[in-house]
Amino acid sequence: MSSFYEVIRKNESSILAGWLTELASSTRRSDLMGDAELKQQAGELLRLFTAASETSSDPKSDAFLSTREYLKDIAKSRMEQGFTAAETVLFVLSLKQPVFNVLRDQLKADSGKLVTEIWAVGNLLDRLAVLTVEHAIEFRDQVINRQQEEMLELSTPVVKLWDGVLALPLIGTLDSARTQVVMESLLSAIVETNSQIAIIDITGVPTVDTLVAQHLIKTITAARLMGADCYLSGIRPAIAQTIVHLGIDLVDVQTKAKLADAFALALTRLGKTIVNAKMLGKTTSKFEEA
Amino acid sequence: MDRIPILKMGDCLLVTIQVDMHDQLAVSLQEDLTAQIAKHATRGVLIDISSLEIVDSFIGRMLANIAAMSRVLDAQTVLTGMQPAVAITLVELGMSLPGIKTALNVERGMELLRGYIQKDGELQESDGSEE
Repeated sequence: MSSFYEVIRKNESSILAGWLTELASSTRRSDLMGDAELKQQAGELLRLFTAASETSSDPKSDAFLSTREYLKDIAKSRMEQGFTAAETVLFVLSLKQPVFNVLRDQLKADSGKLVTEIWAVGNLLDRLAVLTVEHAIEFRDQVINRQQEEMLELSTPVVKLWDGVLALPLIGTLDSARTQVVMESLLSAIVETNSQIAIIDITGVPTVDTLVAQHLIKTITAARLMGADCYLSGIRPAIAQTIVHLGIDLVDVQTKAKLADAFALALTRLGKTIVNAKMLGKTTSKFEEA
Repeated sequence: MDRIPILKMGDCLLVTIQVDMHDQLAVSLQEDLTAQIAKHATRGVLIDISSLEIVDSFIGRMLANIAAMSRVLDAQTVLTGMQPAVAITLVELGMSLPGIKTALNVERGMELLRGYIQKDGELQESDGSEE
């Protein structure tokens, strides 16, 4: 059984001082974290580490539970503060140097024991460092996943253009997962707003291949089944050419070049016209004069 | 419930499906509806499926069949109030029900049917005057 924890315990303050010096020279980021907080974190981690290594040499055992939890918190808070994963893990690894120094001073006489102890504490710290970097990456992954979901939600807004007319401006590439979200949000918006006409605008869709076209046709068919007419607008000349070259059949779909054209058609279908208010004023006043 | 009630409203028949359709129910609806259309010389059929939450390919085909049979008997079918989930399911099953007219709710469906019946009436009148 290794006994480095006794050495660490006896020389805690000098190790802590050495560790902080080491940190200052390697990965100190005074712009992100204050000295007092760093000192407090280092002290707490050293205390937990020493206490745990007294009973076990396996970082996955129950004895190290509190150390692991503490490292997890540190990894999380550091990622939030803007540290890189390397900087976070170096915080743990830079504990090695001062501990080795103290062990060397204490076990000068017995070189065999010195190597054993250095190996034990080095191994332990390495594994804890790996744990820390795992936590840091896991936390970053969570952030990425959350942002992906948010982007999916944000990228499919259904807007109401007029009473009974909805528009769905699509931006970005359409894949199966996104089409599902698009379809669901459009269909539920049709029910909510009781709309007869929906305009899907694909100005922001960079490319239309057979798969994207199939997704669009599915969405339009589903809307039709619910009793709403669907127009497709914002078809750029290049995309029109692609659609024809690919042999995609859009015969059953009402298409328009611009969103404005589709909206005008929608108003016509609803039996509404747009008039110039100024002209209207003149004609009525003329009528009154006459 | 053995049978789905079919209500007569003037020139139209009104069917509201309030329970989950099982296969036998769909078959009996098809028989009853065709019999009623023939009996009353109906011009329009409105099927409201706003309470229907589950469909399979069989029910989808039944709906398409009912519409096709009504057309043979010279009645226009309008399907109303389809739930988004049902619409997605039918599309994923590859059933776009091309022969069926649809509307968002019963009110719009009736408007649509009246429109068709009126148009048909005008057509017949003009045909008659020509002779």
